[in-house]
Amino acid sequence: MVSVRALDRLNLSLTSYPQNSPLSCRPDWALDGGAKAGSSLKAMRDHVLDRFRPRYGILNCLYGAQVLHSEDMAAACCRATNDWIRDDWLNHDPRLRASIVIPSNNAELAVAEIDRRADDFRFVQVLMLVSGETTLGRRHLWPIYERAERLGLALGIHAGSAYRYAPTAIGWPSHYVEDYVAQSAAFESQLQSLISEGVFAKFPRLKVVAIESGLTWLSGFIWRADKTWTGVRAEVPWVARAPSEVIRNNVRFTVQPVDAADDGEAIMRLADHIKSDELFLFSTDYPHWHFDGDAVLSGRLPDGLFRKIASENALTTYSRLARADQVMEVVP
Amino acid sequence: MSTVELERPKAASYKLKVIDCDIHPAMTSWTEVHPYLEKRWIEHLSVYGSHLRHAFSEALSHPRMSPDAARIDAYPEEGGPPGSSLELMRKQHLDPNGIEVGMLIPLRWNPGSQRNLDLGAALTRAMNTWQVERWVKQESRLRASVLVAQEDTVASVAEIDARGGDPNFTQILILPKTDEPLGRRRYWPIYEAAVRNKLPITIHVGGTNGHPSTGGGWTSYYMEEHHSVAQTMQAVVASLVFEGVLERFPELRVVIMEGGLGWVPSLNARMDKHWARLRGEVPHVRKPPSEYVREQVWFSTQPMEEPATSAELTDLFDRIGWDRLLFSTDYPHWDFDDPRYAFRANLTQAQREQLLYENARKFYRLD
Repeated sequence: MVSVRALDRLNLSLTSYPQNSPLSCRPDWALDGGAKAGSSLKAMRDHVLDRFRPRYGILNCLYGAQVLHSEDMAAACCRATNDWIRDDWLNHDPRLRASIVIPSNNAELAVAEIDRRADDFRFVQVLMLVSGETTLGRRHLWPIYERAERLGLALGIHAGSAYRYAPTAIGWPSHYVEDYVAQSAAFESQLQSLISEGVFAKFPRLKVVAIESGLTWLSGFIWRADKTWTGVRAEVPWVARAPSEVIRNNVRFTVQPVDAADDGEAIMRLADHIKSDELFLFSTDYPHWHFDGDAVLSGRLPDGLFRKIASENALTTYSRLARADQVMEVVP
Repeated sequence: MSTVELERPKAASYKLKVIDCDIHPAMTSWTEVHPYLEKRWIEHLSVYGSHLRHAFSEALSHPRMSPDAARIDAYPEEGGPPGSSLELMRKQHLDPNGIEVGMLIPLRWNPGSQRNLDLGAALTRAMNTWQVERWVKQESRLRASVLVAQEDTVASVAEIDARGGDPNFTQILILPKTDEPLGRRRYWPIYEAAVRNKLPITIHVGGTNGHPSTGGGWTSYYMEEHHSVAQTMQAVVASLVFEGVLERFPELRVVIMEGGLGWVPSLNARMDKHWARLRGEVPHVRKPPSEYVREQVWFSTQPMEEPATSAELTDLFDRIGWDRLLFSTDYPHWDFDDPRYAFRANLTQAQREQLLYENARKFYRLD
């Protein structure tokens, strides 16, 4: 099948991240000869691992296997992607961890893929795109969440769309920049879906991580969501806590990009609004271009808050992060 | 006899003076519009009815918290839906709430979303005349909105030009769920006509266009659906900016109505940041997006954001611009904002007057 249909030669690059868009690759992180940014472990070491010296770095692969319409083809490609992540990346650097890419429009196949990785603790998260086949709270997806909760895997939701629908409720915009701007609204909708459908009532230990969400929309979100919930909660009696409280307990956010002129000021304001300093997780979004030089966060943060963002919050969110240290087997 | 005083926010003690930018009038029955509708369309409606990209012909697929999203106390004793009795509207809203001017926003029948463009255009003509005859001529505090069937640009422009010189109309009304994002060029003749007639474009939550209510699919619950209007309005603002509408029509003034405010600072920052990175794609956008928003976009206040503290709310107003906020109640809907209690913030008398009255007076040029 692979050779007859040349499936191995498919280019599954996502429309959400055009390879040459300025956003998709920071200029000094580009690879020689036009190779896809982020495709070289050696470069990743130079650019991130040896530069920012993280204890762990989590790989979120956006090659697009998960958006294929054929559930079987998506499952096969996801399996191959995860094998490749293990063989070509995790096995070569003990600092690396990864997310499990799943065929998310078929919960049975997705759970099978999660189970296949369950004993490899270097996989710390299940990855889904923010705009896929259906809103993420829908019950047919719950087996995925059940398995993630049971195995201590976070559910990472990353910017990106399967383009099953227009990126906005008002239809198809003309420009890429509009698609990208719309990503943060997609996060808002999915968070509302997960809360309204009762995912966190059913799976109270599930941690959801909004990756590359832009972050600052969260203030307006909690004001509106809490007010709406107060008015309409009779419709969703299983949502027994205010959305802001659910978010404090169950949802975490990576800090690149921060939609603000001054990242530090924005995070402080947000921590004040949401009444927590435990929600934010350090990220570079390598190789995407959100910042220059080594200034991952512009502006200043108090030391305590910075420490939480830099490591403590991630260690709490990803319960499997440290567990893999004993079983590491590094291939030189 | 002793009285017990409930612990609740104190009502403002001064005399209220309010301009309400969002009042929903209704028809006692659909035949009310027949005098203004051509015979051909009366017959058409009696046989085929309304034809939308929507599964139910009469109901909404996410039922509201109450029928017609209305306050239970807003049903007229003589029958008819909430919003259909001028007498009750006066008694329940205009008089006690100090409404000096009220803007009518008719939502039923959704002319702009009708798949049959000729029907949609006929409905806008009829409902525009109905607003004047049934409401504005009977009550001098009320003003009408020019409904347009925006997918038929020629008919829309003709209707705007027909009503443009009529002081009974203060704005052009479009619901955001259009066939394409509102910034797309097919709609530009409408903006040109708006500028020509010195009328703002008001975009009020609603419409059906067949697209799911989120970029990630359909919502299951009203709780999500009700929330999603804030994301929809962000897409509208982004579209008007990035397609170049606000650049091309610097005199165009836009009101985002009932779409919330909490998202404005973050959307502005997001658009600015990504415009800086990706402006090579949109060279027609000549300055940071937030500058267009600051100069050309206003926001109605209901449903008012309710942060935990007064300082958070005034900080939000600081970042949007106090002069960009237009007070609205959404009468007679269930999530009505009372001008006495809507702002959970310590406001000075001058700030309160600005929000409840002055901003709208200036914006609608009501002198």
